[in-house]
Amino acid sequence: MSGGTRLENANPLIFQRSEERLLTATDEDEDLADPINDREIFDILSNDPEHPLSLEELNVVEQMRVNVNDEESTVSVEFTPTIPHCSMATLIGLSIKAKLLRSLPDRFKVILVSINKQLADKERVAAALENSQLLEVVNQCLSTRTM
Amino acid sequence: MKGALELLQRVSAHPDARCWCVAWSPSGTWLASCGGDRAIRIWGKEGDSWECKCVLDDGHQRTVRTVAWSPCGKYLASASFDATTCIWKKTNDDFESLTVLEGHENEVKCVAWAPSGNLLATCSRDKSVWIWEVDEEDEYECVSVVNSHTQDVKHVVWHPTQELLASASYDNKVCIYKEEDDDWECRATLEGHESTVWSLAFDPEGQRLASCSDDRTVKIWKESTPADGESGSSDESWKCVCTLSGFHGRTVYDVAWCRLTGALATACGDDGVRVFKEDPTVDPEQPVFFMSAHVPKAHGQDVNCVSWNPKEAGLLATCSDNGEFAIWKYNSDS
Repeated sequence: MSGGTRLENANPLIFQRSEERLLTATDEDEDLADPINDREIFDILSNDPEHPLSLEELNVVEQMRVNVNDEESTVSVEFTPTIPHCSMATLIGLSIKAKLLRSLPDRFKVILVSINKQLADKERVAAALENSQLLEVVNQCLSTRTM
Repeated sequence: MKGALELLQRVSAHPDARCWCVAWSPSGTWLASCGGDRAIRIWGKEGDSWECKCVLDDGHQRTVRTVAWSPCGKYLASASFDATTCIWKKTNDDFESLTVLEGHENEVKCVAWAPSGNLLATCSRDKSVWIWEVDEEDEYECVSVVNSHTQDVKHVVWHPTQELLASASYDNKVCIYKEEDDDWECRATLEGHESTVWSLAFDPEGQRLASCSDDRTVKIWKESTPADGESGSSDESWKCVCTLSGFHGRTVYDVAWCRLTGALATACGDDGVRVFKEDPTVDPEQPVFFMSAHVPKAHGQDVNCVSWNPKEAGLLATCSDNGEFAIWKYNSDS
């Protein structure tokens, strides 16, 4: 892992951000229970009003690949790293997982569809997030322009 | 032959943290729990409910992953992500820290006492299994470090009657160890699971081993020796004689084989607890298990551990990512 929080990918390919989500009548109805859907998860991961570059624009997480099943309490995120470097991909994956775990209700099971077996092992993820040095890097990752 | 699991009590044991493990004392009267809040709690029954008798929260700096009682019931061992294993001695109403076993390079995942009470095994993400000897003066000494696995070792368990150890790993394999010339070595490697093997349990007689995995199956293994007259190695080989697939929706984190009834319980990442029974009419060389009881939402989150009470038949403890443990009564015919 390179020192500090700068991604190695200094000149990422930028993709067109998808359209703003239009509010529908059901969205505005206060009495309807608000199930969590794909777009909401995607927004949790990519929206950062203070910084222009988002995960979506870096193509680290694409909307098509977020799948939510509110009834079964599962969220699956297919994560494609922009750069093949293994340690950075694991760190990005860990940050995504941490962000989702913190933002979603406890009942949700988060599945990261990636080739990285470690990210799917909750004991490994728990131990990694207990490591204060690693946790700090993850927190910095979640607060910079990349997320 | 359908059974049922009845919930007796639910306890919020480790608030705002995972409860990773629950373990009954050999007398069956105490339940130890441990978790992400770095604490160990000892629970005892007061009338109809389970109350916290003791909190051990200064032994470890990180998550406590496994707790295990010594066969005599006087000691408790705790394995932690802080890379240490703590040995606690029971005093009148409390436990005091006797010694801290160091040596693993990173998180200790599991600790287990041999039935003799003289040996202890620990395993870690550092890929090794350590065997420790205890003497009459409560002195602990590491006698072997075995590096048979190529990845994180998740679980160790001792054979109920022989001095034989088994370990389960992230490398998808199970290893069997025996002592040879004062040194412990891997005698057999069991392959077959398609992902991390999380836990192991021997049957009451020690003739079969159950393993559970991230591949959502439970496998039953039996030691087979070559028939008389057959040429070939004299090494024991273990074969998979049964695979329980299609029952679990997610990773199976734990499996426990009841010493009293022979029932097999599992803890699953789909929040469910299941009990399996063996079909008695079938050839034991090719056993068949059927699901006797299933509680789909036993807990609100993943079930991490399942443990049968050693004295009271059908009494089962389970614990979950939501910090709770639950006590159940299993009836095989309902």
